[in-house]
Amino acid sequence: MESMLHITTLHYLVLGAALFLLGVIGVLTRRNVVIVLMSIELILNAVNLNLVAFSRMWGGLHGQVFAIFVITDAAAEAAVGLGILIAFFRNKETVNIDEVNLLKW
Amino acid sequence: MAPVATPFFFYLLSGIMLIGGILVITRKNPVHSALALIVTLLAQASIYLMLYAPFVAGVQIILYAGGIMVLFLFVIMLVSIERSMKERQFNSQWVVGMSAATALGGLFIAVYTKGKDIFPDHALSMVEDDNTQKVATMLYGQYMFAFEIASLLLLVAIIGAVVMAKKRI
Repeated sequence: MESMLHITTLHYLVLGAALFLLGVIGVLTRRNVVIVLMSIELILNAVNLNLVAFSRMWGGLHGQVFAIFVITDAAAEAAVGLGILIAFFRNKETVNIDEVNLLKW
Repeated sequence: MAPVATPFFFYLLSGIMLIGGILVITRKNPVHSALALIVTLLAQASIYLMLYAPFVAGVQIILYAGGIMVLFLFVIMLVSIERSMKERQFNSQWVVGMSAATALGGLFIAVYTKGKDIFPDHALSMVEDDNTQKVATMLYGQYMFAFEIASLLLLVAIIGAVVMAKKRI
């Protein structure tokens, strides 16, 4: 009970791991490309939560700066990923990830 | 300002985040998934406030919940989702994917049971009054090259998105 009421770094890490796992399940099992991209955002957010929690643990700001860089990367990834999605939809008229199989033999 | 009632708000916000995450990966309609993801991101911004990171919380709300999610909703409007909503929701490798995810969860649980005692349970004191100023000083001082590379990355992403999405260049 004592460990339940005193929120430590470990609590934030467990929350980050749970969120990461949800994102991995979404990426590996869903069929809609839009939802796969959203699951990647979930994964990046789990990483950000860990970085900020460690920054709190050490009393420094390096983790927060890295979290800002990760958000920048997420913006770039979302822009390019959604551009690829639009090109894919124009060619195949679907958003089904099973049909992205041109490199399969 | 020191956070008040930390355990209550931690469990409340974690619950909101996890329920939002589960909704993101289970809904049929991508618009519902996007709205659940926005709820998750806002709850996470509140958790950043509890961790003495007000600037990251602001960036999370403005850039993530505001910018990136609007981009997602625009693209959901552009592609037609009616057909995919009627189809099967899980891809053809979902058994393999689910086993891999289960293995990853087992790894997380193993790491938790083995290594939960190595983390110090105290947190060093932090002030948030000049948080934004300190983050800015680090971004433009110590992390200047990383900052420049990030701007270059954004330029490449803009050009890449235009090249991908445009019919004829």
